[in-house]
Amino acid sequence: MKYDIILAGVGGQGTLSVAAIIASAALKQGLTVRQSEIHGMSQRGGAVVSHLRLSDGPIDSDLIPLAGGDLLLSMEPLEALRHISYLSPSGSLISAAEGVENIPVYPGMDKIREEILSQPGARIVDARSIARESGSLKAVNIVMIGAASESIPISRENFIAAIDERFRSKGEKVQEANRRAFELSLAEACGAGS
Amino acid sequence: MSDIVLLGDEAVALGAVHAGISAAYGYPGTPSTEILEFLIDYKTRHGAPHAAWCSNEKTAYEDALGVSFVGKRVLVTMKHVGLNVAADPFVNSGLLNIRGGLVLAVADDPGMHSSQNEQDSRFFAEFAKIICLEPRNQQETYEMTLEAFELSEKFHIPVMLRLVTRLAHSRAIVKVGAKRDENSLSKPEEKRGWMLLPATARQNYLDLLEKEKEMLAWAGDSARNPLENARGGKKYPLGIITSGLGRNYYDENLPELSSEIPRLHISAYPLPRNKIRTLAAACERIIVIEEGYPLIEEKLKGILEQDITISGKLDGTLPRTGELTPDAVRRALGLEARQLRSEPGMELPGRPPQLCQGCPHIDTYQAINEAIGDDSHAVVTSDIGCYALGALPPYRAIETIVCMGASIGMAKGAAEAGVQRVVATIGDSTFLHSGITSLVDAAAADTPMTVVILDNGTVGMTGGQETILPTSRVHRMIEGLEIDPAHIRSITPLKKNAEENRRIIAEEIDHPGLSVIVSIRECIETAKRDKKKAAQEGQA
Repeated sequence: MKYDIILAGVGGQGTLSVAAIIASAALKQGLTVRQSEIHGMSQRGGAVVSHLRLSDGPIDSDLIPLAGGDLLLSMEPLEALRHISYLSPSGSLISAAEGVENIPVYPGMDKIREEILSQPGARIVDARSIARESGSLKAVNIVMIGAASESIPISRENFIAAIDERFRSKGEKVQEANRRAFELSLAEACGAGS
Repeated sequence: MSDIVLLGDEAVALGAVHAGISAAYGYPGTPSTEILEFLIDYKTRHGAPHAAWCSNEKTAYEDALGVSFVGKRVLVTMKHVGLNVAADPFVNSGLLNIRGGLVLAVADDPGMHSSQNEQDSRFFAEFAKIICLEPRNQQETYEMTLEAFELSEKFHIPVMLRLVTRLAHSRAIVKVGAKRDENSLSKPEEKRGWMLLPATARQNYLDLLEKEKEMLAWAGDSARNPLENARGGKKYPLGIITSGLGRNYYDENLPELSSEIPRLHISAYPLPRNKIRTLAAACERIIVIEEGYPLIEEKLKGILEQDITISGKLDGTLPRTGELTPDAVRRALGLEARQLRSEPGMELPGRPPQLCQGCPHIDTYQAINEAIGDDSHAVVTSDIGCYALGALPPYRAIETIVCMGASIGMAKGAAEAGVQRVVATIGDSTFLHSGITSLVDAAAADTPMTVVILDNGTVGMTGGQETILPTSRVHRMIEGLEIDPAHIRSITPLKKNAEENRRIIAEEIDHPGLSVIVSIRECIETAKRDKKKAAQEGQA
């Protein structure tokens, strides 16, 4: 088994935290993990991409080959489109709905949505409203993990354990809200799939 | 043995702790920064080994030499362009009789994710005639760090550990062992090994050339340079040489390669000439897959006696610039391209990095822009750091970015060439790194120019490390140069001060001598971080 995830977003959105939580859940599952990240200059409001590779055997390359990705998980819709060539023809594409419009000319959101949804296996998640429903607007990234969790070969329990661990230092209330965000989003994703 | 998830950088740091270092030094630079950050954090929690940032890479390397001189093990860290700054002590250190293991971990940045150039540090190791180890994953990084200290003490030379961005900033599980004790203090009795007077240096250089023979023999036998599948007597159409991450990308494609291909993987330099010759004797063509410059590829011609086709970066089989990728290696191996999804039918605008919202540099640059107005003859130089992002729209406030500290020297040159209005912009950490010496030159000559030090109290670009001196001491240092006190000014870059700041900068630009303006306001990111930390501590 191998499962390759391309995580995209904008510097400051928490793309690397999302990668870290999925990686930690994968380790609980007993998988081998390689996670490549971007530090330094690119993080300042620029485009960010992380390659996360999971396998039950050894992993050679830190980088996912073109058309090799099983999942493209994007925290931002325009950034989802930037990495399409890394996604395999049968892979899943999950993007957050809300754009980060920190560039002079940001293309029309309708056009971006249309492009995303024209890709096979694509889904747009209204992460903000699910996060609001869960009681914490800060839980947007956990909502994205919940939405993607159904596609990733890691058990729900291991995801929850990784999320709990991540927010342990913030207290039970924050942990609870994030757990709820994950569950709500997962339930929504299952609903969308049926 | 235990399993830990580590960044490549962190694997170096933990390897060094387990190798029994007594100290570690460096200057922050992407992608090397996390090595020393890990060690500083380790020191905070465990009390030792000593770990600290230095003014620049040269001072870091010299500190490390001092630790080694008295017999203890030491790690020094920097990015590839930092090694240019440390080149003087580094190259000379090859001539020293190292007894306390000295390891230089240097992180290259092929693809220039966060750098001015792509230079390949393996050339520097070769230049200094020392051993270079090039790990390809986190496990090897940890193990090779331990090995590097052993080799340093075995051959009495510094050893370079060469990383690249993709390894430095990638995480994986590492099996780690126990910590070795530190060396005890022991100054060398025989002093020649550390004295580079011409007479002694000549002898030391002869010694180095003798050691080089031993190093060549060692690299030829090292299990770090495995030669596989080259069976004697048989001739293969293709042979592969990989090094560093090149092997990962080759292995990634391996399941799709049909026939058995001889392969030599090189991760310990100097080059294992015997194995290269054995491989070449078994093949008609060799493809060299290496991360960085074509170092191995260029060397092959001098090592091989026979005429053999060598492919790699020089003949375009692999791209000459940028990072290697599994796909570039796939093409080089002649494998068919994979079927890609259809690209979006719209232009995707780029999303470059930018100054953070509320960053004090924005206000400083706006004030400079307004002070200069539409004078296209004016020159505004700048330097390496967050504030380099002032080059991008909407500010377009600066005209040069070359290397750490160059802004002040370049401004002096432009003024001496006859430009009337010259402004140098430089961050406080870069100023302390290598701007200060140029300011000494400018102060000595009273060059008619204006130096603006953008003092945000931190090394911003690499994640907010502490600068080596606080603002108050930077001020006193400048005053100590005896620049006319009337022309050492301070401003606070805030919207409400815009007009006053513009006026001060304009006045100093018109002053026919040297002016220094220190623009002081804390980095918005570190201010946020400190506030958050204080709130958390308040809760606890």
